[in-house]
Amino acid sequence: MLPRVLKAEDLAGWVGAIQKERVVRGPVLKETSPSDRTPHFSWETIREPSDLALDYALTVLGPKKFLWPPRQALVTYRLGGDPKPEAVVKHEPQVLFGAHPCDATAIATLDAAFAKDVADPHYLARRAATAIVLVDCEKPCDETSFCLDMGSLYPEAGYDLALTPIEGGWFVETKTELGKRLRDLGKTREAKKSDMEARQAFVERKRAGFHLKLPFDVKYLPEILDESYDSLVWEAIARRCFSCGSCNTTCPTCYCWDVADVIAEDLGSGTRVRRYDSCQLDPFAEVAGGENFREHRASRLRHRMYRKGKFILEQTGRSGCVGCGRCERACVSHISIRETFVQIAGNR
Amino acid sequence: MTQADIDIAKGAAAPSPYVPRMARILSADQMTETERFFRIEMEDGQPLGYEPGQFVEVSVFGMGEAPISISSSPTQGKGFELCVRNAGTVTGALMKFGKGDRLGIRGPFGNHFPYEEMKGEDVLFVAGGLGLAPTRSLIRYCLDNRKDYRSVTILVGAREPKLLLFRDELDAWTKRQDAQTLVTVDRCGPDWKGCTGVITRLFKRVKLDAAKTWAVIVGPPIMFKFAVLEALAEGIRENRIICSLERHMKCGVGKCGHCQIRGVYVCRDGPIFTYEQVKRLREGI
Repeated sequence: MLPRVLKAEDLAGWVGAIQKERVVRGPVLKETSPSDRTPHFSWETIREPSDLALDYALTVLGPKKFLWPPRQALVTYRLGGDPKPEAVVKHEPQVLFGAHPCDATAIATLDAAFAKDVADPHYLARRAATAIVLVDCEKPCDETSFCLDMGSLYPEAGYDLALTPIEGGWFVETKTELGKRLRDLGKTREAKKSDMEARQAFVERKRAGFHLKLPFDVKYLPEILDESYDSLVWEAIARRCFSCGSCNTTCPTCYCWDVADVIAEDLGSGTRVRRYDSCQLDPFAEVAGGENFREHRASRLRHRMYRKGKFILEQTGRSGCVGCGRCERACVSHISIRETFVQIAGNR
Repeated sequence: MTQADIDIAKGAAAPSPYVPRMARILSADQMTETERFFRIEMEDGQPLGYEPGQFVEVSVFGMGEAPISISSSPTQGKGFELCVRNAGTVTGALMKFGKGDRLGIRGPFGNHFPYEEMKGEDVLFVAGGLGLAPTRSLIRYCLDNRKDYRSVTILVGAREPKLLLFRDELDAWTKRQDAQTLVTVDRCGPDWKGCTGVITRLFKRVKLDAAKTWAVIVGPPIMFKFAVLEALAEGIRENRIICSLERHMKCGVGKCGHCQIRGVYVCRDGPIFTYEQVKRLREGI
């Protein structure tokens, strides 16, 4: 499908047209305080199209929260003699408008994790009803990100439509049929030679703006992890770890969960809910008998690093880390997954 | 459409693996102070369709779910049996369940004991404490297909006599001519006439043909380590020492992460492993 161009002034009209069909979620500017003037952005449901802040950089939580909400009803049932359990599968049509390449890549990892073996329709129905509009990045969010290393800067999956900022508007590339349907709701024109050149200039600025940060090709990461299983490095880093789980909460590919039964106020029915869990929390690998198979912080920290660098890749064929840097930014003691990968490579 | 898109579309329409099927309790017995034994049948009349060594997720609506090993063998007919220890919210609630009560069941999940490969060979069972619950599924299978196996030796251990599970069956197995059953307790009062001491001491009382023996060892991690050591000392091969790992499987389908040991999901790739596999897992026991 040939690329098209959307003028900056037509963006709000396009978003408004999409809103008639589906809920639009995107980055918005959060309020700043007198003491902290740095702009903070967050993924929210868009009310006014003009709220959409596509020039955002960092978000604490990515768009994952709309595909994998912190709490999700799985099964409802009645209390008493006849429970009649039923699946809760939601299909609310939505568009994630303005996902960065790392987040699109992370969504493709989640897609693979939930589709493989036994399919999880609770995630996949939401996903099937979700369109994703990518907005390309010209420079790294900050010094913690290493998306170029992790192969998530140029995503090949996880989006329907890609927007590249060019002078006076957006260069619009269509990836899927759904993307084309969305695109056709807006006022676009054919891309001309000068637009192609503007897009090319962006690509070159992007290429110059990102630099590799790992001292090895990421394809060797599983092997490097494998060889460092017994390294003291895990204990050394774990000294700083509080096992708070912020890394898991902010990670765009973390999907471990806990299950709880919630009873309605009238005591007539109940809902089985899944909610975020964290492999860094002490009871995560505990069994009913009291045995805890990852009792030590160091073993839990190592488990997470292995999941991100090796296990998820081996299970799904897609990386468990996209190099977005969220875990490092969220960590109260600045534990960096990137520096950890650098350190174990040097420690071998 | 890419393969990923096809997988998403197909999976979105798939049945939820998290919805329990309804089952009814046919009988319930308080086996010990903390363990309750149930015979259960699916309400839709369909058999559960399980293999020895698999587990189910038991739902108490309003409380939650707990993973429980199946204690029976498919050779025992249409229903299935669970031996539940009171160890948490769900299992605590199950202590009050009796004949005619309804439960939710998901599964069966996981792999199973390699009973086909074991045919024509000797089988040594080493079951400590609640480890007898999953082991019994294979013991019953072997005894019900007795001619398919060479010698059958059953070693059972518990901390004290009143904690022994399946006591009637242990008596019946002890009386069998075609199997050797030895039971020991760590400590006992004067009315206990059987063996005392840890389960590994029973190894000295049995004769094994190591090259032809499969050892099925299930029990608490500390027992497992010492029993594996004994089995290896007898000369049994690492890939013929079989165990069932205990983890808190919450989803049963290899996704929620709770039962993961390194790259392995115990609920899907296990719970049955050989010692050869377990030693590589490192966090296994």
